[in-house]
Amino acid sequence: MEQLEARIKEWRSAIVRGGTVDDGDADELEAHLREQVAELEASGLTPDEAFLISVGRLGRVDQLTAEFAREHSDRLWKQLTLTHAPAEDKRGSVLVMLGFALLAAVLIQVARLIADMPGDGRDLREEWFLRGASVTVMPALAAYFALQRRMPRPRVIALAAAVAVVAVAASVFPYGGESTTVLIALHLPVVLWFAVGVAYVGGEVGSHPRRMDFIRFSGEWAIYYALIALGGGVLVGLTALVLGPIAPEMIEGVFEWVVPSGAVGAVIVAAWLVEAKKSVIENIAPVLTAIFTPLFALMLVVSAVGYAAAGAGREFDRDLLIVFDVLLLVVLGLIVYGISARGPSKPGVLDALRLVAVVAAIALDLLVLVSMFGRVGEFGLTANRVAALGLNLVLLVNLAVTAWHIARLLARRAPAMRLERWQTSYLPVLAAWVLAVALVLPPLFAFA
Amino acid sequence: MNIDKDLVAAMATPLVLAILMEGSSYGYAILKRVRELSAGELEWTDGMLYPLLHRLERLGHVHAEWGVSPEGRRRKYYQITETGRAQLAEQRRQWVTATRTLGGLWGFAIPATGV
Repeated sequence: MEQLEARIKEWRSAIVRGGTVDDGDADELEAHLREQVAELEASGLTPDEAFLISVGRLGRVDQLTAEFAREHSDRLWKQLTLTHAPAEDKRGSVLVMLGFALLAAVLIQVARLIADMPGDGRDLREEWFLRGASVTVMPALAAYFALQRRMPRPRVIALAAAVAVVAVAASVFPYGGESTTVLIALHLPVVLWFAVGVAYVGGEVGSHPRRMDFIRFSGEWAIYYALIALGGGVLVGLTALVLGPIAPEMIEGVFEWVVPSGAVGAVIVAAWLVEAKKSVIENIAPVLTAIFTPLFALMLVVSAVGYAAAGAGREFDRDLLIVFDVLLLVVLGLIVYGISARGPSKPGVLDALRLVAVVAAIALDLLVLVSMFGRVGEFGLTANRVAALGLNLVLLVNLAVTAWHIARLLARRAPAMRLERWQTSYLPVLAAWVLAVALVLPPLFAFA
Repeated sequence: MNIDKDLVAAMATPLVLAILMEGSSYGYAILKRVRELSAGELEWTDGMLYPLLHRLERLGHVHAEWGVSPEGRRRKYYQITETGRAQLAEQRRQWVTATRTLGGLWGFAIPATGV
């Protein structure tokens, strides 16, 4: 009897080892095993025989865990990179990552040196540098993923061609237009981030689970990047303070050479960390959304009531609309990460709070939009207003449907997966809009 | 008789949903019912049932809840939902068409509307 218990325990630890079978699943499988064993024992077999037959019927451990991994692809995703890789592969992946980080750092310095060359008009230096930074760093990250995912060659070529078109357009567009220059600088990295996404999913752009992986990756990458930036800021600040008294002339060197190289190198390092140290962030992200969803819900409700009471007639300027775009994006991010981290459990308080947050955000945004439309009617369209209004509408449509899905989830009329599917289906719309703002809008408004 | 693996896979969803139509149940009992219905001719690796049940849960076709067995062990019970019923009805239509088509060639009669 004790021996049977020991064997069941051993078998259980074998199935949970890979990480794709969680404790609840193991309980379920163990209950199955015990029931089967009991039935076979009752028919006259020894505990040993009963155990062997029952385990055999359940299936080989590796096939079983593989099947669980296929269903729970979020867990599989956790295992993708390092679990089965032997130590040499791990070191190899670190070297490849460092190589790409170095490549990005070198590219950014080349871009900076070109930007510094005389004759280009000193005031345009920064704009040139910003565009150069996006079209070098993001493709480096995309190439890193294309290599990691062993993306098929035709897809690599198609992606490279698309990135080249964007890069050429970015470099031939004239500078100097007050608003379009800023618009291009803001939207170009996002356009190229979608290119990174195509490489991230290995070219399988039609697969919704892979798209969801990319959404998760983006959020986790942002968290890692923020953490690295924080540490980097402390390091650079201390360096400047320590070296200041003895070598003040070196400080400028630090800012010119170390800061840009570090900033772009960290883009690659953060991406690698998301893959390699996934379980770390995977535990943080749901906690963060659980903390901030109620707080944002409260803030949005208070603001919506405030604006409705006090400011409905007031004129909003363009900057405020951009603030609202950012707000909608943050709310959307909180919702998507919260939903993707929740299991198929019953709808709870957090889901209700999500609905409150989304509805308040929609109400608040509608107030601002109505006022903005009034302004556009009065002063006409500019590239900036089209970009801000358009993004606002794109996000508003997404949030409205999101609210509907959360309401259905709360009423237990649809699973949470519908909401995920809606978000993954909407990605191309976002990508198309950002692309349009970066490449179509500037010529349309004569690069004003 | 050994039934082709793809065919078993295709049958799995409607089979599980149809068994759950008889009332909520749990993994081991569902498999016992499968064995009973097929007179042991349907070879199925027991463990594979669980990922399938989890997929059906994620799709909203079944609803799962932890309960307790008569012996006091934790046990997960599955219950078919409205969307599960709709899905089963749809799959049934397809299976009836498929079997009727083959039946037309092989000469066995399949009732035109449901069984």
